[in-house]
Amino acid sequence: MIPDGFPILSLVAYLPILGVLLILLIDKEKTDAIKLVALITAAINFIISLPLYFGNWSTADFQYVEHFNWIPEIGVSYYFGIDGISMLMVLLTTFLTPLAIWSSFSSIQEKVKGYMISFLVLETGMIGVFMALDMVLFFVFWEAMLFPMYFIIGIWGGPRRIYATIKFVLYTMFGSALMLVAILYLYFLNFEYTGVYTFNLIELGQFPIPTNMQLWMFAAFALAFAIKVPMFPFHTWLPDAHVEAPTAGSVILAAVLLKMGTYGFLRFCLPLFPNAAYEFAPAISILAIIGIIYGAMMAFVQKDVKSLVAYSSVSHLGFVMLGIFAFNIQGMEGGILQMINHGISTGALFLLVGMIYERRHTRMIEDFGGLAKVVPAFSVMFMIITLSSIGLPGTNGFVGEFLVLLGTFKSNITYAVLAATGVILAAVYMLWMFQRVVFGKVKHEENENLKDLNLREKLVLIPLIALVFYIGIYPKPILSRMESSVQNLVSTVNQKFRVENSQPEHIEIEAVDADIDLEPKGEYHE
Amino acid sequence: MNGPVWLVPFFPLVGFIINGLFGKYLNRMMVTLIACGAAGLSFIWSVILFFRLSALPPDARIYVEKLFDWIVAGRFYAPAEFHLDPLSAVMILVVSGVGFLIHVYSHGYMGHDQSYARYFSYLNLFMFSMFLLVLGSNLLVMFIGWEGVGLCSYLLIGFWFEKKSASDAGKKAFIVNRIGDFGFLLGIFLTFVTFGTINMQEISIQAPELLAMGGGLATAITLLFFMGATGKSAQIPLYIWLPDAMEGPTPVSALIHAATMVTAGVYMVARLSALFVMAPVSMGVVAIIGAVTAIFAATIAITQFDIKRVLAYSTISQLGYMFLACGVGAFSAGIFHLMTHAFFKALLFMCAGSVMHALSNEQDMRYMGGLKNKIPKTFITMLIGTLAISGIPGLSGFFSKDEILWYAFSAARGHWLLWLIGAVAAGITAFYMFRLIFMTFFGKERLKSEARHHLHESPPVMTIPLMILAVLSIIGGYVGIPHVLGGHNNFAQFLDPVIAKVPTHGDVHHSAALEIILMIISVIIALTGIFVAYRLYVVDPKLPVRIGERFAQLRTVLYNKYYVDEIYGFLFVKPFIKLSELLYNVADKVFIDGTVNLTGYGAVWTGEVIKWFQTGYLRNYIVTFMVGVVILVGYILFG
Repeated sequence: MIPDGFPILSLVAYLPILGVLLILLIDKEKTDAIKLVALITAAINFIISLPLYFGNWSTADFQYVEHFNWIPEIGVSYYFGIDGISMLMVLLTTFLTPLAIWSSFSSIQEKVKGYMISFLVLETGMIGVFMALDMVLFFVFWEAMLFPMYFIIGIWGGPRRIYATIKFVLYTMFGSALMLVAILYLYFLNFEYTGVYTFNLIELGQFPIPTNMQLWMFAAFALAFAIKVPMFPFHTWLPDAHVEAPTAGSVILAAVLLKMGTYGFLRFCLPLFPNAAYEFAPAISILAIIGIIYGAMMAFVQKDVKSLVAYSSVSHLGFVMLGIFAFNIQGMEGGILQMINHGISTGALFLLVGMIYERRHTRMIEDFGGLAKVVPAFSVMFMIITLSSIGLPGTNGFVGEFLVLLGTFKSNITYAVLAATGVILAAVYMLWMFQRVVFGKVKHEENENLKDLNLREKLVLIPLIALVFYIGIYPKPILSRMESSVQNLVSTVNQKFRVENSQPEHIEIEAVDADIDLEPKGEYHE
Repeated sequence: MNGPVWLVPFFPLVGFIINGLFGKYLNRMMVTLIACGAAGLSFIWSVILFFRLSALPPDARIYVEKLFDWIVAGRFYAPAEFHLDPLSAVMILVVSGVGFLIHVYSHGYMGHDQSYARYFSYLNLFMFSMFLLVLGSNLLVMFIGWEGVGLCSYLLIGFWFEKKSASDAGKKAFIVNRIGDFGFLLGIFLTFVTFGTINMQEISIQAPELLAMGGGLATAITLLFFMGATGKSAQIPLYIWLPDAMEGPTPVSALIHAATMVTAGVYMVARLSALFVMAPVSMGVVAIIGAVTAIFAATIAITQFDIKRVLAYSTISQLGYMFLACGVGAFSAGIFHLMTHAFFKALLFMCAGSVMHALSNEQDMRYMGGLKNKIPKTFITMLIGTLAISGIPGLSGFFSKDEILWYAFSAARGHWLLWLIGAVAAGITAFYMFRLIFMTFFGKERLKSEARHHLHESPPVMTIPLMILAVLSIIGGYVGIPHVLGGHNNFAQFLDPVIAKVPTHGDVHHSAALEIILMIISVIIALTGIFVAYRLYVVDPKLPVRIGERFAQLRTVLYNKYYVDEIYGFLFVKPFIKLSELLYNVADKVFIDGTVNLTGYGAVWTGEVIKWFQTGYLRNYIVTFMVGVVILVGYILFG
């Protein structure tokens, strides 16, 4: 489908910049033209990226690799490549960006040109993060992505946007600084051992780093990523950023930016520092569980729908982290699937909240009630997404949560039992919110003449709803695409575990379960 | 035997999609035809499948049909796969048969509702989910059905969502069920970790090898599953959602909250009987919870005035009987009662609906009375249902209830105390059911004027399903006539290949005479209940009031359902709300965010201080630099 040697990754990463150049040529008064160019660019980019999905993902090797020297003197290279995991993340980004841009057509009226440029630059930054296999290149994209987001919240955001942006940037910068130090440390350490200066991720992963050094570097990386996820207790930037961000900003923030944190753990922390990952797993799992329960409790008491959804993200991302750190196939696949699911469901929730906000200029739960009568199409879509967020079987959320909990249960029963309470709590806070917004009688006059969703809004939501059911009913194609990479990752991390714990503790369980992860039954594979 | 089994859930799925997406553009007749047609086709196909299955020799009555791979992750494998065997065949017959009649009845009952298409689309979605639950070959497909029926229950209880009480009740049902599902999920995990599969047939085969008899693992797995069952089947301690669920339209109460969905827990326990027989402790828990629920709910039913609430508590109580049966190892007796109960309880609810229909939606029995000549068809059919549930010989409830009571007494895991509780509860059942009949149809007419004005018998579209169910309530028991009465208990024999047996050491033999005696005793208890109700509510209607005054405290406790909702509110709901608010206001706002802001201000302050050093004068920098060098050199030399 894609000819050998064709730089498909670079094309996908930089096509949005081409759109930016086009927009720069347009007069800033011609907002319709600007919007259209931005949308078409993002849509084309999605179409171009789509063939990646149909590549050969039965291997854990990086594919579509582009590798050139960039600054050879210090071992920096331009190195792009994707495996099954990053492919899914890239597609999530290219899929959601056009929808987010389209959703802003009516909500963004001022400084449209700057907004659309920011969004396209943001897309390049995000895609670059998921493709980069050179630490410097990765760091460049990681930082580059911050600025457009900073502008999107700071210029087109709500009343407390300045506070929110500063908090967002300070939090993130703090993590990035530590990560930079760790990258440099690793770089010099590698030179000491091998005599080669390189930032190449694959090469850096080749030599065994002593465990005590792993611990420090893991901690630095982990902090940067944990802030991004965000894990409890580094989450307080999130509700502020979400509440103040414009709708599309919230969508991308929740759907893609948070995933950079969990992706960072998968791509860097686990393969580079497996021993440290193993040492830190209990602490991270416990924080993840606290995040699940605490996030749910916070969501429960919110009065603003948007901040409720923001706190629910803390809870959902807790599941993702828990799954990743279960260190088995089910948990990790569930975690990665949940990254995608959260992007779809929470992205859609933010879109829906934004749509109703445009009509009523409020997001307070108490200002609504009885919407089912007034805006039925909105209510039905809202319900479907709410149920997907709760993880109802048949929707995407169930498959991810189920696998995460199953994987966790295999590695630690107590964790799984505690985390599974999150399944109950999600129903509590989501259904209560839904009831107050959608059911009951129309209490406020302003709500009586609300207009239902228009065609554009429906078209933005329908692809998301279609994916909710597709992943819920037939998740196999997506799971099978990540399977090789996940197996590879799991066995990397578990090598140490298996050497040090050659005596199985639970004989009754191990007897049946041995080698489950390393050698799946062949007949279940395509 | 050839399928396709998937046609059974397929018809209602199509009905749901058509009515759900395009229902508002269709006229009512089209909506009805699609919805009832879907349910009817499922029923016809179920009958065909049932007979094809029965035609096979008993050992060969298993048909597995895989549709596609659903979830595959590592060695975890959950295909979308159906499993037809005698147990699921009986269930699809009951669900589609009763379901179809209720669909037809709904056409009359819901005829004037604005959201007619929405109603029928939900009803079809329910049928679809229920079929998944029953036909699923592995625990996860069962679980989709399980939560799917829960969703439909949520949507249908809150069908009139403008009423706060309705949407509250829907939400409560969903959340309480989720608590049960928490156990179900953990049960699935533990099963997978133990067996390496979640296919129920494989589990059943491997259970005797992989589980130790009475071992902790067997007990844990089964108790987790039973936790799920207590949620869905409204048993102590999770029964609290069912009485509130009566906020839904009455046909929904008949279908979901009496005949089918609430019996899913019983079905699940019977389906996993191979696991349960390995765990005597769990069986004991199931039996005790069942028996206690049976009598507990029956006592509440005595004091209720809302006709639907009486029936709701009655349902909880009857479900208790089914669990009692399962708990003593008489799984097929539990399923037998599940079936006869589906007939007579659906009938009773639909009759109650017919009464309400006649009285402009009056539900309070204090404003009824004397209706037997006004709505005779409803009266006769409801009387039949009441006789059946009371266990009057010759009617379906007699056979199934007596079988349960007999096993509660005689089975290896039975106990005379369980029998006694069951027998007393049966007496109370007869009492409150005849109290309902007498208050509604006998005595002085106490209607509100509006109701009197509209009083009319329901149309045939409603009464014909009542008659069909009344016939079933009479004859439904004859498929399971016990040996002692000269029958062969064909029903139990049919289920036999699917149901695991409790391993016993040295059979306890009871004489046929004892069985007959116990049967007679329970009939006498039931008749006593009816007589007392007659005395109190027909002969001397003032008497109940005086008794109530005499035992005012007891009556208040019963009328307020032992204050269980309030106790839960105090123990769980309030603390959760308070703790969440506290954490939000203190931990999140003050502690974490405070620290963050402080760091931020700290950085600003540091900057403020540092800026004094940044004077712009070169000599100051040099001085600072020199001082630094001196300190550094000093450190290197002497440090």
